[in-house]
Amino acid sequence: MARTITYQQAIGEALAQEMERDKTVVMMGEDVAGGAGAPGEDDAWGGVLGVTKGLHGKFGDRVMDTPITESAFIGAAVGAATSGLRPVVELMFIDFMGVCFDQIFNQAAKFRYMFGGNAETPVVIRTMYGAGFRAAAQHSQCLYPVFTHIPGLKVVTPSTPYDAKGLLIQSIRDNDPVVFCEHKALYTLEGDVPEEAYAIPFGEANITREGDDVTIVTLGRMLQVAHEAADALSKDGINCEVVDLRTTSPMDTDTIIESVENTGRLVVMDESHPRCSIATDVSAIVAQEAFGALKAPIQMVTAPHTPVPFAENLEDLYIPDATNVQDAVRKVMGND
Amino acid sequence: MPLSKDELLKAYRMMKTIREFEERLHVEFATGEIPGFVHLYAGEEASATGFCMHLDERDKIASNHRGHGHSIGKGCDVHAMMAEIYGRGNGICGGKGGSMHIADLSKGMMGANGIVGGGSPLACGAALAAKQLGTKGVALSFFGDGASNQGTSMESLNLASVWNLPIVFVVENNGYAEATSSKYSVACDDAADRASAFNMPGVVVDGHDFFAVHEAAGEAIKRAREGKGPTLIECKLNRYYGHFEGDAQTYRGKDEVKNLRATIDCLDKFRAKVTSAELLSEAELNAIDSEVAVLIDDSVLKAKAAPIPAPAELLTDVYISY
Repeated sequence: MARTITYQQAIGEALAQEMERDKTVVMMGEDVAGGAGAPGEDDAWGGVLGVTKGLHGKFGDRVMDTPITESAFIGAAVGAATSGLRPVVELMFIDFMGVCFDQIFNQAAKFRYMFGGNAETPVVIRTMYGAGFRAAAQHSQCLYPVFTHIPGLKVVTPSTPYDAKGLLIQSIRDNDPVVFCEHKALYTLEGDVPEEAYAIPFGEANITREGDDVTIVTLGRMLQVAHEAADALSKDGINCEVVDLRTTSPMDTDTIIESVENTGRLVVMDESHPRCSIATDVSAIVAQEAFGALKAPIQMVTAPHTPVPFAENLEDLYIPDATNVQDAVRKVMGND
Repeated sequence: MPLSKDELLKAYRMMKTIREFEERLHVEFATGEIPGFVHLYAGEEASATGFCMHLDERDKIASNHRGHGHSIGKGCDVHAMMAEIYGRGNGICGGKGGSMHIADLSKGMMGANGIVGGGSPLACGAALAAKQLGTKGVALSFFGDGASNQGTSMESLNLASVWNLPIVFVVENNGYAEATSSKYSVACDDAADRASAFNMPGVVVDGHDFFAVHEAAGEAIKRAREGKGPTLIECKLNRYYGHFEGDAQTYRGKDEVKNLRATIDCLDKFRAKVTSAELLSEAELNAIDSEVAVLIDDSVLKAKAAPIPAPAELLTDVYISY
């Protein structure tokens, strides 16, 4: 039975349902409840944007607030994961990965391989990313390409409430370390979400719009932008196929290539910085695997190679928009 | 509480096994046959042994790059360890980890670690799991004077304290972090001084004295197991070899190691104490010496003869499944 809830509520629901189902699932992070040790209310925040509100009330000391010590508590989640728990630890902003990256990429990601297959690290690192909140350079990045680069990590980037719930449930049930990336500007996005628990497999892209003229591959919040552009372009008779990656590691290259073999034209849309991004990653794979199918050079639409600016007009220029996508599509169609 | 005869024999065997393992590696490494880096624990045996004697299958340890002693202490198979160091397919990590990543999670050995300071957060996690799952297990984190400065160490001390985790932090202060003296790099005289800043007991112990280590370790582990929280124990000790094999150790004093071996060796001290107190005989200890020599010899012979990993193993075990 589906009903309309927000991306944020879908995430909270996934957490609650999995914690109910499996007592070894625990949560930790900065102010995932809030109020620890303070005289006012318990669960005062439920996460900085309220995503985890109510969980401390329901699950007590399985929801743990942490001091601001990412390398210790992300590392503790990793160590707990090899010791019988299934932690969901929050890295509040993906931009903070710098202070704890070792525990993620040198420890969690590598145990299974380095220990010859004799380790399981079922940890989920939930983290918030993306621009649009005027939060400026250190709170607005899309750093999933950095995690995608690391063998041993799985990286998940849901675009809709339905995907957020199903992919988070899958992440919690998966026995490998998962970085679950939540776009902060998507929290209020509404969508139909089933009440019951369900899991969406990793490595399965979603074709959200079918079309024969051009393939737009995208992820995260940019899915909304891709659809906006596709709607406008259809009025000019250009029919776009939109492919939502859902997970960058593993990534569904089969669906991408199949689509490009049909349309012959590719635009890759990625909110992250242009160098070594998902845009360059997808483009290179398609150029190698489906070169013969291409009727035109691949076009990439990304943010510029700059930190995220603060001023509202500058940030709005920074974030790729539907006009950028339309320009790229027209270019690839040969009529720019 | 005095140790039983069996425990004394076990302790000596553990220390001797570590010592012979490391001394043999020193010789073999010089032939050029061993790939990569090894960091030898020779001289520090009383620390790993004094702590590990108190641990059982509920307990977990995180270690560092100088991890062979901790691995042996926690019960990792000596043959499998040697094969791993030689990069063979039957190594304890299938030849895919090497000396710095020796691990056996089934024995509660969470891994040696190539990242200085990398183990303490992991050990906090193991302690958290023990607490949440009610296993009554404890976690130990072994790290050095160099690592005691690392942010992860400070953060872990704080987290263990505010969460009241069943953990013991063990600083093995051998006076050197790579080629830098701890007198230069550690701001306080004793790393244990840092404990009170994190609201836990800090204990300094002579790391060459197995009995002193064993007693301090026992108290701290009991404290943790009873839910009374973490302790920081600093073992003052010495390493006989360099930071890594190949390190010429020009930063050490003339005859420094020679004098240490002659005056404070933990195995010599143990032997002197138990024989003069007539707890064990020279013959009993010598018998262990012979058995250990055979074990180490056999492990090297077998490691040298073992096959290297199959090429297909390059691509296995990155993930459990997609």
